[in-house]
Formats: sequence, C-alpha cells, structure tokens
Amino acid sequence: MPDGKGTHGPPTRDRDPGLQPERTRLAWRRTTLACAVAASLAGRQTLHSGIDPASLVVLALVVVAWLAFLALAHRRIRAMRMPRPPALSPRAAVAAVACTLALAVLGAAMLR
Amino acid sequence: MTESSGPGPSEPPRPSEPAQPAEPRGGGLASAAADVRLWFAPERLREEGGTPDYRFSLANERTFLAWLRTAMALVGGGFAVDQFLPETARPLRLALALILLAGGALCALRAISHWVRCERAMRRGEDLPMSRFPVVLGLAVGVVALLMVIVAAFGWGG
Repeated sequence: MPDGKGTHGPPTRDRDPGLQPERTRLAWRRTTLACAVAASLAGRQTLHSGIDPASLVVLALVVVAWLAFLALAHRRIRAMRMPRPPALSPRAAVAAVACTLALAVLGAAMLR
Repeated sequence: MTESSGPGPSEPPRPSEPAQPAEPRGGGLASAAADVRLWFAPERLREEGGTPDYRFSLANERTFLAWLRTAMALVGGGFAVDQFLPETARPLRLALALILLAGGALCALRAISHWVRCERAMRRGEDLPMSRFPVVLGLAVGVVALLMVIVAAFGWGG
C-alpha cells in the first residue's frame, strides 16, 4: 500500500489497489476523444463558408491544436505505466487548457 | 460522463489541520493572480506543503479532465449550433454559438484554476476549495438547452 509519499518511494512492481493510473489513463483517452470531436467540428466550421486561404490557415491551426493535445495525452498516458505515477505538471495542464481555448477561438473566428 | 474520482478503497488520511473557511474572500483579485502564477510555475506549487498521496493527485487530475471534457463538449456544441441549425435566424444562431463557445472557454479556464487550487489545498492539508461554478454552469446550460428546444420547436427561420 502507498504510504502517502508515493512519488518518492522506489518503483515497485505492485499495482495500485484502486487502479488509479488505469482510470486516469482512460480519462485521458476519453478527453482525447472529446478533443477530436471538438476539433472536427472546429475544422468543419473553418470550411463552412468555402475554401479560401484564410480558412485553410485556420484549419491548419486547428489541426496543430489537436495534434498538440494528442501528444500531450500520449505523454501522460505513458507516464501512467508506472505503479505510482508522478503528479500532472501545471505546464501540461496549462497546455491542455490552451488547446481547448485555441479550438474555441479559432472556430469562433470563422463563425458566419 | 460518469467520473469516479474517489481515492480508492482506503479512507483518505484526514490531516489534523483545523477546518479552513471555504473560499477565502479577502483580496480576491490578488489571490486570483497568485493562482494564475502557480499555473506557470510548477516549482512554486511543489514548494507548498508536502507531496500528497499520488492517488489523490490522480483523482484531482481525473476531475480536471472531466471538466476539460465538459469544456470541449460546450465548444463542440457551439460549432454544432452554427452548422446544424442553418434555418435559424442568423443573430440568434450566432448568439447561441457564441454563448456556448464562451461557456466552454470559461469552463476550461475554471478547470485549471480549480485543479491548481485543489492540488495546493492537498499539499497544505487544507479543505478543498468550494465553488459555485457547477451550479451556475448547470443553470446556464439548462437555460441554453431550453432556448434551443424552443428554437427547434417553433422553427424561428431567418
């Protein structure tokens, strides 16, 4: 059992009794899926009024935001392989939020 | 989406700290600015208190992700209103889309703010921050949903 100083203990082979890393990994997967849906709708939004250079640039930025989230989630999911994963860093949390905000702002710029 | 963020089978060890008044109101703006600085300074967050049980940090992370999903659902909903209700009058459609997009952005910002405050409270052994946000968001989404039902039912064409 963890002793409250989990992240400092030596890595052990035992698994978490409540499958916390597993559940957190799945939460990242679900969120990546939600991000994919939001990004698809944002991308669709940019092409809604037809294809022109401006909408293509915004579409590219939407794809970048989605890929950034995907990379972020992948890194965190890999960290979940440890029995006692380290806490999420505020930078990663800020980056995840920034991807969401980017989708909202980029798509909103293309509202008609 | 169901999100169980319980810490697991064992009871969380209650710190022997006296109960804090939830959401200290003094100097709201200054403390908000201090919170925002914490978002970008992981080392400053780590300076506070002690490292909590990793399970509690993971539970906090899952709650953060659940809020982020809510934010993404609102953002997606904003675009869906614009794209899938083409018969609605333009001002109304744009207003609904912008309300949902703004709500999503707000929700994402609140997600990280709440995450950082929970993380800090856990490190310090304080009570978790209370918040009116879920109630406000619930009411706002209810109003928007009602509005959309009315729009769809009466077909306010442009």
